[in-house]
Amino acid sequence: MTPADRSAAVVIVGASVGGVRTAQALRRESYEGRIVLIGAESELPYDKPPLSKQFLAGQWAAERVGLLTEAAAEQAGIDMRLGSVADHLAVAEHQVVLAGGDRIDYDVVVVATGSLARASPWAAESGVHVLRTIGDSRALADDLAKGGPVLVVGGGFIGAEVAATTRALGHEVTIVDPLEVPVGRVLGVEVGALFTDLHHRNGVTTHFGSGVESVEGRAGDLAVRLTDGETLHAATVVVGIGARPNDGWLASSGLLVEDGVVCDEFCRAVDAPEVFAVGDVARWMHLGHGESCRVEHWTNAVEQASCVAHNIAHPDELRSYRPVEYVWSDQYDWKIQIVGRPTRATRHQLIGDLARPTGPDATKPRAVALYADESGRFTAAAIVNWPKALIASRKMIAAGASFDEAVTALRQVAETPPAPARTPA
Amino acid sequence: MAVVKADFGVCQGYANCVMAAPSVYDIDDDGTVVLLKAEISEEERANVEEAVNSCPVSALSIEDE
Repeated sequence: MTPADRSAAVVIVGASVGGVRTAQALRRESYEGRIVLIGAESELPYDKPPLSKQFLAGQWAAERVGLLTEAAAEQAGIDMRLGSVADHLAVAEHQVVLAGGDRIDYDVVVVATGSLARASPWAAESGVHVLRTIGDSRALADDLAKGGPVLVVGGGFIGAEVAATTRALGHEVTIVDPLEVPVGRVLGVEVGALFTDLHHRNGVTTHFGSGVESVEGRAGDLAVRLTDGETLHAATVVVGIGARPNDGWLASSGLLVEDGVVCDEFCRAVDAPEVFAVGDVARWMHLGHGESCRVEHWTNAVEQASCVAHNIAHPDELRSYRPVEYVWSDQYDWKIQIVGRPTRATRHQLIGDLARPTGPDATKPRAVALYADESGRFTAAAIVNWPKALIASRKMIAAGASFDEAVTALRQVAETPPAPARTPA
Repeated sequence: MAVVKADFGVCQGYANCVMAAPSVYDIDDDGTVVLLKAEISEEERANVEEAVNSCPVSALSIEDE
């Protein structure tokens, strides 16, 4: 054990997008003290959205998914310590204790340890993958390169993206999910069914409504037995059944941890104001929703990092964090964006057509599904291939528009012919 | 003087910039960013920095000339 580092600092635990952006935003907020950024992986910090898409497909190299280089960290005065696993947090001593026993003093600590892929409940000798880290993506790409059919367990967005990517690489692909309409969980059954059709149009087989009983064999020769009795064969299996917050290392801290670090509206741990949390691991009080929330989206990590950095640098003018949720997914020729919380909606309306091309140049389908809560407020939207509908929806949800106003406005967007191409002013 | 730049080939139309700085950025019908002005004022700078920071594909930048 080395002696504790005595100089004061903001210590950020976790070097994915939430942690890196907090460090950078602290400098933008003119914070001049020390910043220590601790990352468990020895890789330079990297961005995760491309890991199921361009990086998995081999279109983008590792440099293109990088979030922070050694040179950029040094220039910003960020003391980056990679390959350092935080073992526990000693709240009374204001120290982060690393797995090797080293202790790092903090004035303020930011918990940014993200989430972990839910492990496969089915053990095979090899060939069964989850997808969360860059190492996961590389290992999957290595197995995919050997060819053969791919079976994806989980019809949510990660599973659908993997299916789309591997299909484009030429694999025979099947998706299994215990729900009849997996995307219906988020967008409702009517809209969710359109996402199932998208798989079929692209030659992907879906096996929805039955779960996985067992996976046996090894890479290249796997047998997947389903709960309905059928057995499917695949060379590679990808399990995309969700994530859980990476908060186990805080078990001994005494902090309130309940499916994430429980924070106030300023993203400070409710029982230790010098502890902040950001990104997937943060469960904070969203005053706009009137309840605590945890969000596993890229844009949330970035926006929350800005808010946390502001609140650390300016403790006398704390800002509450109350974002409108935003997430995107790219599947086949659909660019999908979801704004707000459609899971909480009581009714919806679809404008446009997702079964056939309807865009301005009629090459791709486009549509927007608008969602309302029971008070008639416009609370969420799901947009496919329609940039103007995306912008109108985001602005109207942020402004608190009514559902009726939104339907009228989006119909007008649908009827407006595309503007001639503009050039920069 | 601060000048805004965009890599139009990289832009994917996520529209985070339009939310952060609507006086500076828009997205066209094809889903590509449109710069509504080239030079930005000091008052706009914080919002534009937020836009640059929130771009998922790092397509935006500010240059001081």
